[in-house]
Amino acid sequence: MSSVVAADGFVDRLLAAGFDFFTGVPCSLVGPLISELERRGLYRGETREDAALGVAAGAYMGGKTPVIVMQNSGLGVSLNALGSLHILYRMPCLLVITWRGHEGKDAPEHLVMGAVLPRLLDLFEIPHRAPANDAALADVDWAAATARETAKPVALVVRPGLFVAE
Amino acid sequence: MTLGHALDEVLPRLGSELRIHANGHISRAACTRRDDEGCFYMIGSMGLASSIGLGLALARPERRVLVLDGDGNVLMNPGALASIAAAAPPNLLHLCFDNGAHASTGGQRTISDRVRLEELARTAGYRQAARVETREALAAALPGFLAATGPAFLLVRIALGGKPGPRVPHAPEEMTARLRRAAGVR
Repeated sequence: MSSVVAADGFVDRLLAAGFDFFTGVPCSLVGPLISELERRGLYRGETREDAALGVAAGAYMGGKTPVIVMQNSGLGVSLNALGSLHILYRMPCLLVITWRGHEGKDAPEHLVMGAVLPRLLDLFEIPHRAPANDAALADVDWAAATARETAKPVALVVRPGLFVAE
Repeated sequence: MTLGHALDEVLPRLGSELRIHANGHISRAACTRRDDEGCFYMIGSMGLASSIGLGLALARPERRVLVLDGDGNVLMNPGALASIAAAAPPNLLHLCFDNGAHASTGGQRTISDRVRLEELARTAGYRQAARVETREALAAALPGFLAATGPAFLLVRIALGGKPGPRVPHAPEEMTARLRRAAGVR
């Protein structure tokens, strides 16, 4: 297993790829990422994941290219916003979604969503990748290009061990 | 005062505000009365008008943003009142048309007759929050509200009833594109 992805380099890559608006709801698996965004004054936390998606939609219409950070539990909260706002209205964004319940090894509240996460993204036709540590930076560029080409949300799924050592 | 009466007071007084309309009768009734490229109409994602307005206001601080919301929408996403108050965008105005009901699904009652939404906004920390219950009071309040430093909240108590007008005719992706044009995005 390669070492964890450094949050500062990941944020640099997000900015270089054109992302310039950051919101979300935290998860421990992206703790270092949110800390780095906050250190740079780039992050504004939201109350719920669907509210974060609403804010991101407004920001997109104001010219920003948004990133929404969330735990996969929050993807459940977000499905209506994704379906009837972002996908319907062709509003691209990057979802950085943690994968709690990965391989069935987690607290019980995460197991159902953890088991279906990739299939749920497939059902909503949201392009997604769960990068290995050494592919994370390249997949930021993939996500930016895919969001731009499709004008839809795309997702990077954060496995345990990507930002935080297991 | 019905929703139509209230909109007939509000819309003629507007200038170049970018406008986010909540889903349901508010979007339909407003679209038939005054529509331009700076108007965004939600046809789903209930509850998120205020959050969308917040994101737009933060992204475009030089533009005034007006959210035309309803009591059912505010109650579905009350956390947005807190987020807006905390972010405190001076360019965000929040109108709430309160008929005490989910009008577009048949008039089922909400709880806004027992929970004063303008008090929630005030307590959250909006710079100002007020309530009007007659068309005369709305007409008197609007100049100050529309010129206010935000975030400002105005609850307009309205009666259930009146025809909303036809569905919004614009394709969703066209509404996104035209609001971006109106906001001066490339």
